[in-house]
Amino acid sequence: MTQQVLNAIFIGSIYALFAVGYTLVFGVLDVLNLAHSAVFMLGAVVTYSLVALHGMPFLPAAVIAILVCGLLGLLIEFVALRPLRRRNAPPISALISTIGLALIFVAIVEQATSGSLFSWLWQDGANSVRFPTGTVPNPTFHVAGLTIEGTKLGILVISVVLMLVLGYVMRFTQVGRALRAVAENRRAATLLGINVDRIFASTLFVSSALGGLAGLLFGLALSDISPYIGRDQVELKGLAVIVLGGMGSIPGAVLGGYLLGLIEVFAFVRFGSNIEAGVAFAALFLVLVLRPQGLFGARLRERL
Amino acid sequence: MDFFIQLFTDPVGFYNQHELLIAQIGINAILAISIFVTFYSGQLTLANAGFMAIGAYTTVIMSLYLPTPLPVDMLVGALLAAAIGFLVGLPVLRLRGVFLAIATIGFVEALRLGVILNLPITGEGQGLKNPSADPLGGIVPILISVPILTYLVWRLTHTRLGQAWAAIREDELAASSNGINVPAYKMVAFVISALVAGYAGALETHINFFVDPTEYSVTRTIQILTFAVVGGTTNVIGPIVGAVFLTALPEIVRQFAAYRDVVNGIILILVIIFRPQGIVGRGGLAIIAPRWWTRWRTRERAAAAH
Repeated sequence: MTQQVLNAIFIGSIYALFAVGYTLVFGVLDVLNLAHSAVFMLGAVVTYSLVALHGMPFLPAAVIAILVCGLLGLLIEFVALRPLRRRNAPPISALISTIGLALIFVAIVEQATSGSLFSWLWQDGANSVRFPTGTVPNPTFHVAGLTIEGTKLGILVISVVLMLVLGYVMRFTQVGRALRAVAENRRAATLLGINVDRIFASTLFVSSALGGLAGLLFGLALSDISPYIGRDQVELKGLAVIVLGGMGSIPGAVLGGYLLGLIEVFAFVRFGSNIEAGVAFAALFLVLVLRPQGLFGARLRERL
Repeated sequence: MDFFIQLFTDPVGFYNQHELLIAQIGINAILAISIFVTFYSGQLTLANAGFMAIGAYTTVIMSLYLPTPLPVDMLVGALLAAAIGFLVGLPVLRLRGVFLAIATIGFVEALRLGVILNLPITGEGQGLKNPSADPLGGIVPILISVPILTYLVWRLTHTRLGQAWAAIREDELAASSNGINVPAYKMVAFVISALVAGYAGALETHINFFVDPTEYSVTRTIQILTFAVVGGTTNVIGPIVGAVFLTALPEIVRQFAAYRDVVNGIILILVIIFRPQGIVGRGGLAIIAPRWWTRWRTRERAAAAH
């Protein structure tokens, strides 16, 4: 049982890291960025292709992949979000245009067969791939009867540190204050001389870089990599996480991530693997209906 | 190009050759009608795939275990979808905008992963073989249903009910202060949408030999949503045009068939940015002037004033 809880914490870290980026964009831009899961997938795929197909050492490959994901975030902002803002379109339009981008991102990896433009991205003809063993050292510890893999522990440490850093930036730095001001009231922030467009672009960059990092950690330690890991594993669960924590709240997303990890593991232990998959959505549905501000949100409008 | 040449020169041959495609277009058109109804009343609900699943599974299970004739099975399937739509709508329709969309996504996935994959009667994710499948005969009811449903919904949008929906869509507060019972009208739209989606699901089992739970995921709903967005939702013809266009597109441009999702994604983005009213719908392209353009224009004007 303790081992299961430990696993819940590892998977919960991924959920939290993914959902923090999701919720950051929702909090600041009021937009649900459904391309976030595709960026998550690309984080894993780009790292994989650099390491396994192009023989790069892991660390530089990971850094490049995270930067690529950040740039994809800028692409999302410039292609799918900014033109709509210029037109004052309703937030639903942005949801749909990001779906369009997600379709494109997934299809690019899906169709990256030999001879195509993106063949460098994917092993030819593979349905799913794995990092070659020994990509990162993976010592196994045995503590008090528990088995702890080094990479999973790494995930936990990296995510917690990053989330603390993000929390610090949001709370105590000038950029964080500007971000919160924009989230609170866009117009007032503009009047105070904050460059709102730049804030939006940097939000998308940071959010997508975090999403990409979550993806590569997920691919490294927890799962095979396929073009569909974003869509199948985290897109909708990420929604459940940010709903649990209260839409737009970063601490809520972190707590929600770990909570979902725990809920899933308990459902798995109690009812078996079939029920596990549906639990996240039952929780999402119930929370939205009974407590739309999220489990931890005091007020609906309080954010970030 | 051959596609169109054959369509006009040899319609019978075209029909025989593309029967499955035509059936799929018909099903998608009905689904587009289903999402149109909720869109028209100003709600973004994404539960259609779930209601399809209810309609489809009910029909197949009834024809497996009960001696009732097929039309009865299909009717029961659609009605059950509507009934469950009512029950789901009671709590969910209090939500708005993105929250409503997310809650309905939650419903679809909870139904598929939590219920359908776990009940012995639905085959526990293995799917069900349909004993009454008839791919060739099944196309006729589809082709009959599309124009009838289109007409009915088109008529509906011109009744008091439809006017109330439009009023709610434009301004909910104003509608309710004018004495429109907003929750009731929203519920009617949601239930009708569920009924039509359930009917589409029941029809679809008729042309497939197999009911596959993976067909009824959120991916399917998103596909239905793209029909409505690309076609436009100002009237019922829009989503149908969207469904026909997007379903036939991979057949028309065969060389891009592999890149179907890329093409779909690009179309979706272009439409939502430059033509928010959809392909069908009044008005021209929405022109978004980039910032350097407006800046340049004001500078020009200032220079001219001097």
